[in-house]
Amino acid sequence: MSNPFFNEDHESIREMARDFANKTLAPIAAEVDKTEHFPLEVAKQMADLGFLGLKIPEEYGGLGLDMRSYVCVMEEIARKCATATLFISSANSLSTAPIVISGTPEQKEKYLPGVVAGEEFIAFGLTEPNAGSDAASLTTKAVKDGDDYILNGRKCFITMAPMANYTIVYAKTDPEKGAKGITCFMVDMSLPGVSCGKHEEKMGQRGVPVSDVVLEDVRVSKDCVIGEVDLGFINAMKTLSVGRVGVASMCLGMAAEAIELAVEHTKNRVQFGKPLCKHQAIAFMLADMETKLNAARGLVYNAAWLMDNGVKADKEASMAKYFAAEAAIDIINKSLQLHGGYGYSREYAIERLYRDIRVCSIYEGSSQVQQIVISGQMLK
Amino acid sequence: MNILVCVKQVPDTTEIKIDPVKNTLIRDGVPSILNPFDGYALEAAARIKDKDPDAKIVAVTMGPPQAVAVLKECLAIAADKAYLVSGRTFGGSDTLATSYILSSAVKKIEETEGKFDAIFCGKQAIDGDTAQVGPEMAEHLGYPQVTYGLEAEVDGDGLKVIKEMEDGKAVMGVKFPCVVTFTKPAWDPRYPTIKRKMAANRAEIPTLDDTMFPEMDTTRIGLKGSPTHVKKTFVPQKKSGGVKIQEADNETGAKKLFELLSGASII
Repeated sequence: MSNPFFNEDHESIREMARDFANKTLAPIAAEVDKTEHFPLEVAKQMADLGFLGLKIPEEYGGLGLDMRSYVCVMEEIARKCATATLFISSANSLSTAPIVISGTPEQKEKYLPGVVAGEEFIAFGLTEPNAGSDAASLTTKAVKDGDDYILNGRKCFITMAPMANYTIVYAKTDPEKGAKGITCFMVDMSLPGVSCGKHEEKMGQRGVPVSDVVLEDVRVSKDCVIGEVDLGFINAMKTLSVGRVGVASMCLGMAAEAIELAVEHTKNRVQFGKPLCKHQAIAFMLADMETKLNAARGLVYNAAWLMDNGVKADKEASMAKYFAAEAAIDIINKSLQLHGGYGYSREYAIERLYRDIRVCSIYEGSSQVQQIVISGQMLK
Repeated sequence: MNILVCVKQVPDTTEIKIDPVKNTLIRDGVPSILNPFDGYALEAAARIKDKDPDAKIVAVTMGPPQAVAVLKECLAIAADKAYLVSGRTFGGSDTLATSYILSSAVKKIEETEGKFDAIFCGKQAIDGDTAQVGPEMAEHLGYPQVTYGLEAEVDGDGLKVIKEMEDGKAVMGVKFPCVVTFTKPAWDPRYPTIKRKMAANRAEIPTLDDTMFPEMDTTRIGLKGSPTHVKKTFVPQKKSGGVKIQEADNETGAKKLFELLSGASII
């Protein structure tokens, strides 16, 4: 028994995810980063193994597993290839949670099996040029027209948009009511009036394309409304709460990898007549990194465990995401420091980790938004 | 189509160290894994099943109770059923005794699973490296055998096996029932899916213990039934690796060789 949070199934899922990451992802990760392309056949392979349907109910082709299974997979996959985790987090949380949480059985039947099979991709469109952390201030509009809605607006930084079959779009159906006038729509990317704009050139996690989603008089039927009209914001917030634990888990994996690289490098690199790790200043840095990682693990595993036991854990998920992201950025930064000049070279994996981790304190709720959620729960 | 795959739990020799004083393996803390060659045998069976979904794959291992771990792995990857052969009187068996016990187990398992058309084994286990158990099983059972198989496909009432030779490959036909041992092909065994992995965690694995073979000749099993005795183990002296010259054509290869030899003042 390695950990009180996990059972035999969790451990065997972790083991197979680690095996897959070592054998299939590690050899391609540098190339994925360099070419900004993740091979779709590998995404399909992840689907066949079950990674894309971990949290999706069994009746829609998924495995119906718990949050901790998802944590184990995200952690192990992130060690070797951050881009690969985007396929997993997208399929298990951002692109499907809105449907799993509030979709009709027909919508679940229509959208979920394709995602589980790795054959269809759904992007999550909440952020806008002027509505990031303050998501409720979004200005994309949906105007009712008979049985249809006409959508107009622009979403930005939308992960996977250029390759997506659908995008989940949050739009104002009642602009007067602020957060209580937002509705969630499923928009087919092939509809007239939908376009993507240019691809963002990103610092890290480069294997998946990110772009705007531009909506110009896009007509969607009322069947495309996910959940109730005007109640989309609650759906978005619930989705993000699931996503936070996913991002936190990937931070754990990347930080663990950085520590492993630091240990190996400082054992082998000799300066001043002995291996770096034999210098106490260096050894103490390693101790701090390891301690911080394990503190983060405690928060993340606890949040996942609470969710699996049906306990409302918004604050715990935010604390996990906040602490794990900040800790991982610090740990990876220190690992790069310990690599010296080598760490600054693209030939070394730590350089990629340093770029890949940076967005983790920004997306799916910045660290500051997590602080708002945490303090909000304390002060209500 | 009914295939039995024989597997063994072995220490992961990539992580193993040898006690410099006693010349024995240090097994403490070394993880146990499915013998890689047995993994290739299982994959060969799985590829037959890919083409014939009605085919059945049964895995068997002889070993201590903790060897069920490799049987679970086989179930997760491709096997439909698994059996553990385990008994105190089986302990200490060499390859001859092991292959005798396993051949008896084949007959026993056939009472439940039906007759096996083919028995697949890894060419050898990475701990003992003997490469004897598969061929000896074929002899005990009186079956034809093909060793060093790379891939196998069903061909009428037998198998067509592509086997590795020192200077290339050979295609052999062999009639059912038969024994085939496998070496490393160009591919790795498939990953288990999460679904199969979780089902394997819950699978019941029957144990065939030494009381279940009343007809077995007890003078042929265990330590006293084993003619092999280890006289001495030692660590061979390490030789430094040679240089491989592999150039685009023979002429550049020859030039490179000349440069190396003259550079080392040999010629």
